[in-house]
Amino acid sequence: MDLTCTEEEEEFRAGLRSWLADALPQLPPRPDPTDWPGRRAYDLGWQRRLYDAGYAGLHWPVDAGGRGATPTQHLIYLEETERAGAPYVGANFVGLLHAGPTIAAEGTPEQRARWLPPILRGDEVWCQGFSEPDAGSDLASLRTRAVRDGDHYIVSGSKIWTSHAEVADWCELLVRTSPVTEDVPKHRGISWLAMPMDAPGVTVRPLRTLAGSTEFAEMFLDEVRVPVGNRVGDENDGWRVTMVTLSFERGTAFVGEVVACRRTLAALAAEARRCGRWDDPVLRRRLGRLNVEFHALWRLTQWNVSEAQRTGGVPGTGGSVFKLRYSHARQELYDTAAEVLGAGALDLDQEWVLDRLSSLSYTIAAGTSQIQQNIVAERILGLPKGR
Amino acid sequence: MDFQLTEDQRALRKGVRELLAGRFGRDELRALADAPEEPRLDRQLWRELGEAGFFALRLPESEGGVGLGLPEAVLAFEEAGRALLPGPLVATHLAAGEIEGAATGATVVTAVDSSGLLPWLAASDVVRGDFAGAVPVRSVDPLTPLHRTPAAPPDPDPVAVLLTAAEQLGSAARSCETAVAYARERTQFGQPIGAFQAVKHLCAQLLVRTELARAAVYAAAVTAVPAEIRAAALLADEAAVRGARDCLQVHGGMGFTWEADVHLHLKRAWLRAGLGPSAGAVEEEWAAAL
Ligand SMILES: Cc1cc2nc3c(=O)[nH]c(=O)nc-3n(C[C@H](O)[C@H](O)[C@H](O)COP(=O)(O)OP(=O)(O)OC[C@H]3O[C@@H](n4cnc5c(N)ncnc54)[C@H](O)[C@@H]3O)c2cc1C
Repeated sequence: MDLTCTEEEEEFRAGLRSWLADALPQLPPRPDPTDWPGRRAYDLGWQRRLYDAGYAGLHWPVDAGGRGATPTQHLIYLEETERAGAPYVGANFVGLLHAGPTIAAEGTPEQRARWLPPILRGDEVWCQGFSEPDAGSDLASLRTRAVRDGDHYIVSGSKIWTSHAEVADWCELLVRTSPVTEDVPKHRGISWLAMPMDAPGVTVRPLRTLAGSTEFAEMFLDEVRVPVGNRVGDENDGWRVTMVTLSFERGTAFVGEVVACRRTLAALAAEARRCGRWDDPVLRRRLGRLNVEFHALWRLTQWNVSEAQRTGGVPGTGGSVFKLRYSHARQELYDTAAEVLGAGALDLDQEWVLDRLSSLSYTIAAGTSQIQQNIVAERILGLPKGR
Repeated sequence: MDFQLTEDQRALRKGVRELLAGRFGRDELRALADAPEEPRLDRQLWRELGEAGFFALRLPESEGGVGLGLPEAVLAFEEAGRALLPGPLVATHLAAGEIEGAATGATVVTAVDSSGLLPWLAASDVVRGDFAGAVPVRSVDPLTPLHRTPAAPPDPDPVAVLLTAAEQLGSAARSCETAVAYARERTQFGQPIGAFQAVKHLCAQLLVRTELARAAVYAAAVTAVPAEIRAAALLADEAAVRGARDCLQVHGGMGFTWEADVHLHLKRAWLRAGLGPSAGAVEEEWAAAL
């Protein structure tokens, strides 16, 4: 166990810091949150700058186009980009943080060569077509069908809650390639496909969230032809691949946001001092408690990232421990922000108010807290499975 | 002691519930929530509420009122909260007998609240409180237009706090019903999600918080003791805010949509919770009483 940085890592930090100081002022103005094409261009543009500077896919394996950086370097990268106020991954979330890593871990050399470089270069956006209207927590009961027709699958069905579907080029899609029968349980007949979003038969209908924007969408698939070569993993072995994707999604995808939360917390404390709310001991202690919490979550992150490194890159079920605590702490953070803001918490133009609305999804998206608790109880603690 | 609703009180509650179900049901609620422009106040409905005695409920009969008390007003406002009825209901109710036309619903009265916010400025005929320099705010609640006022806000009026708590109670009860209905109907893993203990327990806590708040709010309406009113408001705020959030959780992804009503309850509950004294102040008050 060692938490110090080597000289080399400190050098990496210094180099990154000076690059950021130079690169950030050159960025175009941030697009309006409702301007999806603008957001896509902005997020991809940032990714391209990272790529050109050699910071894209820092912790991805070298044979996947990554830089094979140490976990410490990866975390330094997250700390420094956040501290400098660099853009969030945004539309690149799925590609960089779970579809890409899944392809890196499970894809063939051809698949890696086809899909990973455009993700790293900021050329292509991915979305996640897992959930269906009747398959949310019970993801394995998904019904979108893929029927083999020569070297293609013909895919029909519908997906829901697909974030960034409006601007995505590719979708990591779960389909049923074998119907459920008495002998084939629902987990068995699933396959993981990369579906081009511009294929005929794909219809995207944006859905409005409670924050008023269209962050996610419904997706209707009507006899969409997807080459068999776009299947990652074996036919009917998609559930195992899915577990890899979910372990990235739950285990490491939110890591950068812990740093963001710590920055928000510091800003909140400054605001409380400024507006006089700091004199309220209950609020002050609440902020102190959150400071303890996020500090420890960062330590847990360091632990998990080191562990993933040790076990060959795929994070373990410990991701559920992290996600449970992180999503709760982040909601608590914005509730505390509302305390600091007082009446300002009812004004959508005040900082943190929209974030508070968005935070309501954290205990639902990427697997609800109830499901995470079942995973912790059943898969980590080995308690008997409930019905 | 007989701490139960009388026949008349039950009838009153039923009457208000039916009136609101007929005139401000889900379609009307959604039409307001989904309209791109700022919500409009339905003046016709406002008059109908006036005719039904909603605003004149506590005004003596000699002054043309209904001559009932705080408990009845609380029951009426609980129904308004359940239906998520928009508008400056509490301010207009408090103005009955003091401002011409408030009792009948002909005059819409709003007031600067104790947090310095002023709801429904454009739609109101009369504004109580100092609102010089009021600036519009992009309201988190799509059904309540807001302005912010720079003057020192007035102290919370105990009756306003109580009636607001009654609205919170109604909203909490509705969130509980909505959560339970969804838990029965939505199936995952081959069974209604309400069969999972995790969901069951969320629903059970929704009810427990609501019923505790109900007892506190009704009792405060009977005693009208300001400290008791403030304590009841604390519990009602919690029941409404926490209740809407748990209801959202029970709905999964659906709960995060604009289309589901859950967020409308949550946002209004946040708004109402900001009106009375802060939870911290009430806790201090009750600590000092020990
Ligand atoms: C903002 C947002 C973005 C999203 N983005 C994507 C995306 O890009 N791609 C994608 O595929 N999906 C996405 N999702 C979907 C998300 O993964 C699902 O919403 C989630 O898995 C829950 O499924 P559900 O909505 O069907 O809820 P349900 O599964 O119907 O759950 C309803 C309630 O029942 C509870 N429950 C269900 N089963 C159990 C059980 N066995 N034990 C205890 N409690 C249980 C749940 O915890 C929840 O409280 C997104 C969701 C949100 C909110």
